[in-house]
Amino acid sequence: MKIMRIARPRLILLCMMSVLILPVGLVSAAKVKEFDRSGQLIVTEKSAADLQVQPAYDIKNRPKEKIFAVPRPPFSEGAFPCSQCHKYMKPNGTRRTLTEYHTEIVLHHAEGQRWCTDCHNLLNRDKLRLVSGELVDFEESYRLCGQCHGDKFRDWKVGVHGKRTGYWNGDKQYLLCVHCHNPHDPKFKALKPLPPPDRPGKAGH
Amino acid sequence: MSDIKKCDGYVLHKSRRRMLKGLAAGIGLIALPGRDASALVWEEFFQKHFRELSKDELKGVIARLEKDYSKQYGKQVTVKTTPPIEGVRYGYGLDLSRCIGCRRCVYACVKENNQSRTPQIQWIRVLQLNKEKGIDLSEAEHYYNPATVPEKGHFYMPVQCQQCEKPPCTKVCPVQATWKENDGIVVVDYNWCIGCRYCMAACPYGARHFNWAKPSVPSNEINPNTHYLGNRPRPKGVVEKCTFCIQRTREQPGRYPACEEICPVGARKFGNLLDPESEIRYLIENKRVFIFKEELNTQPKFYYFYAT
Repeated sequence: MKIMRIARPRLILLCMMSVLILPVGLVSAAKVKEFDRSGQLIVTEKSAADLQVQPAYDIKNRPKEKIFAVPRPPFSEGAFPCSQCHKYMKPNGTRRTLTEYHTEIVLHHAEGQRWCTDCHNLLNRDKLRLVSGELVDFEESYRLCGQCHGDKFRDWKVGVHGKRTGYWNGDKQYLLCVHCHNPHDPKFKALKPLPPPDRPGKAGH
Repeated sequence: MSDIKKCDGYVLHKSRRRMLKGLAAGIGLIALPGRDASALVWEEFFQKHFRELSKDELKGVIARLEKDYSKQYGKQVTVKTTPPIEGVRYGYGLDLSRCIGCRRCVYACVKENNQSRTPQIQWIRVLQLNKEKGIDLSEAEHYYNPATVPEKGHFYMPVQCQQCEKPPCTKVCPVQATWKENDGIVVVDYNWCIGCRYCMAACPYGARHFNWAKPSVPSNEINPNTHYLGNRPRPKGVVEKCTFCIQRTREQPGRYPACEEICPVGARKFGNLLDPESEIRYLIENKRVFIFKEELNTQPKFYYFYAT
C-alpha cells in the first residue's frame, strides 16, 4: 500500500511531463525577430502553424477573379458581336496591315510587341484571350488589362484607380478600363477646360 | 410718508412702462413691412441658432424656408436637416497624378450646391502649378485658359474646403454661426451668420466665399434637394463653403459628392475614414499622401495623393 501511494504521483507527473515536452520536441516553434517603427527589436514566439511556408503561387488553380458589374463596353456602332462578320471570314493570324476593315484603328499601345490576336481571340472573335489561353467576355476585359497593368488593376478593384460612382456607403458603379482608355490608344486625351473664374472687379461685380 | 412715496414710484413706474410699450409697438409697426411678408420677416429675425432649435421649432423653420424657396423658384424645394451618421468621419482624396485641370468639378459643384452665378461664387478653385517648382503657391495660377489641358510642364491642384479637424475658421466666428459637425463637416448656419467675414480671413485655403449681393440662381437650374446646413439658397451677406455635398453624403445609402461623380479622370475619392475597408483608408495607407499647409496644424481631412 505504501509503495503504491508513492508511485502514483510519480506516474502522474511522468505522464504530464511527457505530454508537455513531447509536442515541443516534435514541432519546432521558433522565435521571430522583428523591428517596430521606432527601431526597437521585438522577439515573438511563433507556433509551427504560423511559420509554415505559404504554398508557391499555383498558376493553374488560382482563385477566380471576382466579377465586377460594369456597363456595356463602348463598342463602335454595330461592331458587336464581331462574329456577325467574322464567321464568314477565314481566320488569319499573320501580322499585317489591315487595308479593308478596321482601318480606323491605329494601334498605339506597345505596338512593337503586339498585334490584334494577342488580345482578341482568333477563332472565337466575340471573346478576348488571356495569356493563359482562357477566353473572357468583353465585359470582363479588366482581367485582360490587369495582366500587364497589375498595379492599376489592384487599385481599380478597391476603387482608387479610375472613376467609381454610386453610393459611398452602398452599391458602387465600376467602369471598365476601356470606358476611359481607348484600348488601342490608351493615353488619356486632352480636354478643353471649362471657363476660368471671373477676375475680381470684372464688370457686373 | 413711505406709503405715498411707494405709491408715487409705482405710478411713475407704470406710466413709464406704458410709454415704453407704446413706443416699442409704434417703432415695430413702422419698421415691419406690411401684409404677408411681415410674419416671415418677424419669424426669421427671431429665429434661434440652429443647434438650439427644439424639434417643433425646427419643423416650423423648415416649413417656412421650404415655402419661401418653393415660391421664389417656382418648384418644390425640400430642405433637409439630416444629422450626422454614427461612426462616420468623412475624408476626401485627390489624385494629383491624375488631375488634368479641366474644371468639370468646379461647375458640377456650382450646379449641385446652388452657388450664385452672378456675382460668381465657386467653392472649388483649380490651381495650375509648375511641375519643376512643385507645390509652390507663388507659382500658382487659377485663371489659366488654354485650348486644351493638361499643359506641358504643369500639374493641377483643385482646392476647396479641407474640412479641418482643427478648423481656424470656426474659432474666430464671434457668434458661433459656423462649427464642425460630428462627422467632420464644417457647416454654416446662414440664418445666424452676421457676415463679418472673420472666418474668411482665418481660413488658410481661401475656401470660404461671401455673398456680396443676393445670389442669383436661375429657377430652371436650382437643385431642389437641399440641406439646411448645405446647399439651400443663401441670403445676401452670409459666408458659404464646401460641405462635402452634405445633402448627398449624409443619406443612407449616400451618393458620392458631385465633384467626385463628374471627374472624368477619376482623380477624386471619397469615403469614411473610420471604415478600414473604404477607398480613402486604402489610399492613405498605400499611396504617397500629403495634406495641404500641414505646418499650420489645421489637420485637414482632404488628402492629396499620387497613385503612380
